[in-house]
Amino acid sequence: MAHKTQRWTRKHLLGLEHLSADEIRIVLDTANSFKEVSTRSVKKVPALRGHVVVNVFFEDSTRTRTSFGLAAQRLSADVIDFSEKGSSVSKGETLIDTARNIEAMGIDIIVLRHPAAGAADLLSRSVKCSVVNAGDGAHEHPTQGLLDLYTIRERFGKIEGLKVAIVGDIVNSRVARSNLWGLTKLGAEVILVGPPTLLPRSFETMGARVVHNFEEVIGEVDVINMLRVQFERIKSSQFPSVREFTHLFGLTSERMQRCKKDVFVMHPGPMNRGIEISSQIADGPHSGILTQVTNGLAVRMAALYLVSHVSS
Amino acid sequence: MSQSLLIQNGTVLDPSRVFEHRMDVLICDGKIAAVGNNLPAADRVIDAQGCYVTPGLIDIHVHFREPGDEEEETIASGAAAAVAGGFTSVCCMPNTDPPLDNEGQIEFVLREAQTVALANVYPVGAISKGRQGKELAEIGSMLARGAIAFSDDGIGVADAAVMRKALQYARMFDAVLMQHCEEPSLCGGAMHGGIVSTTLGLAGIPAEAEQLMIARDLLLNRTIGCRYHVQHISTARSVGLVREAKAAGQRVTVEAAPHHLLLTDECCRTYDTNFKMSPPLRTAVDVSACIEGVRDGTIDCLATDHAPHRNEEKELEFAYAPCGIIGLECALPLYIKALVEPGHIPWIKLIELMTWRPAQVVKLDKGTLQDGADADITIIDPNLQWTIDPEKFLSKSRNCPFKGWEVKGRAVATIVGGEVKWQLKGQG
Repeated sequence: MAHKTQRWTRKHLLGLEHLSADEIRIVLDTANSFKEVSTRSVKKVPALRGHVVVNVFFEDSTRTRTSFGLAAQRLSADVIDFSEKGSSVSKGETLIDTARNIEAMGIDIIVLRHPAAGAADLLSRSVKCSVVNAGDGAHEHPTQGLLDLYTIRERFGKIEGLKVAIVGDIVNSRVARSNLWGLTKLGAEVILVGPPTLLPRSFETMGARVVHNFEEVIGEVDVINMLRVQFERIKSSQFPSVREFTHLFGLTSERMQRCKKDVFVMHPGPMNRGIEISSQIADGPHSGILTQVTNGLAVRMAALYLVSHVSS
Repeated sequence: MSQSLLIQNGTVLDPSRVFEHRMDVLICDGKIAAVGNNLPAADRVIDAQGCYVTPGLIDIHVHFREPGDEEEETIASGAAAAVAGGFTSVCCMPNTDPPLDNEGQIEFVLREAQTVALANVYPVGAISKGRQGKELAEIGSMLARGAIAFSDDGIGVADAAVMRKALQYARMFDAVLMQHCEEPSLCGGAMHGGIVSTTLGLAGIPAEAEQLMIARDLLLNRTIGCRYHVQHISTARSVGLVREAKAAGQRVTVEAAPHHLLLTDECCRTYDTNFKMSPPLRTAVDVSACIEGVRDGTIDCLATDHAPHRNEEKELEFAYAPCGIIGLECALPLYIKALVEPGHIPWIKLIELMTWRPAQVVKLDKGTLQDGADADITIIDPNLQWTIDPEKFLSKSRNCPFKGWEVKGRAVATIVGGEVKWQLKGQG
């Protein structure tokens, strides 16, 4: 591991767009070595002993915050949670001020979840500590992208040459963007599937194939990553009803019949069972959904470890 | 009373009569007394060797934030910034707090500007009460009190019926209606809707938002014939729409802003909110089309959309930050960079678009150096190289995306009504 960390030079993890394929592999390989820690009876290593990690969350999140918290604890860091619903602006303090106040308490890493795209970039320019992006608006969710890559690589032994479909509300999805960057850098073909209202053609310039008919590609893909349906999009006329969405883009048992035999099904959670994915599939042999969650812990340990070992 | 002033050895550019000669300019009692050689002596002499002597620059689109947001800008600081940028006359938009939607507010701006006594400040009245787009404001009363034009700038008049009535009503006075052309139902985004917004995960404002309102207004105005002005044009198709309307003989004028001729939505990639404006920065295709619009005369004049904001307002998440950038103190060299240096237009055309033409758009009896005209004059050193540094600006705000740009050309003296209101340090 030591020879690889020498090549990791980033103090912040803001997204996958600007990481090289090699940098992504460093995170995945580092995660690999940390995964074993969770199988020990004493699930802890001293890698971040004496470090302080703060989860700064401006959006509801259970699994990501828990996963980051646990990851930091397994590295022996001290962990603090700071949660504020909505933006900091609503209570009259700017994000930068909030972050500088937290930093003034002697913090090493801020893990930021925020509803506005670019919030992690803004923060990284304003504080001295490391910033790990835990999701900024519809921009990026790099650790989710990395854990998805890790899970796919673990399942297939490779990423290059695979065909991966990401299905649903693409335009509003940070998970889709981080997956798209990561997968294409590692040589997979990414097919985005959804209605034009949730999937503009401009995604083609990011290296994706854009498809509006799920049937057209369902038989050729190795991985299907189903995104969560956001019900509020109906109000903004991005699709007319849940019923119609499920009919056109849901991963139903009927649709599953036409998939490759060894197709791998993923979902970043939380799932709407019976809407974007049927329970049978979510709980069935093709599903990697809980494996994703397990791997998320190792990937986040790797992310925290790597950024904290870069001197500024 | 007023001293006489002789500007010697400069090259006089007077677009009102397409005039470019090495000559002197004599000013007496606030008016141009003579332009020529071997003029009589004066109380004061300014040596304009190596400089252009032009009519005072006119910016028909600024925001001075007073009343309401005096931390961002005041009429005093805005007027100081204007003369420092070479502007002798500016038209200030009514989206203050409270808005300039009645004659009392118009009176207030004019009185403040008179007290400050730097640039001429002409208030633009609101089209609708409270800029709400529902009921017409007292256009006639404001006009009588000195409003130079009308606009709900910051937003467009969304309701077609209200806009139609505004065009009909303003036509009665032959008043100028300026429209901030953006269809509000398409304006939920933070930047131009396209490849970059998709990548950044920011909601986009499609180019059609601007085009729809321009097309609608041109249709509405076709039989009404009001003096209709498109503010800060930003898309290729918008330029095309106006070009077609002009060819059909419609009454329409257009302004551009420096950022829409120099910057694209690619600039937003770092989430720097100094690149957030309304209308948003568009694509390279749009920039080229706007420049072509300047070249072929579709675009009538060059403004700034000088929009001051405090640093703490701008240092926010991109989606939450307000729109707009300051422009008065760097517009001239930026226009030189965008239009003159690449050879799109000659100097005399640039000066026409910054003086004579905007004066015509708002029916101002200025923008000329003919005998008897108001002695509003800008002396420009076209070869002065400098670095844009907002920290040195006289504006109260610093929200400028051109910080650090190496530019060429600068106003070195600004004369308003025969009085030198500003001179670059080390000059004269």
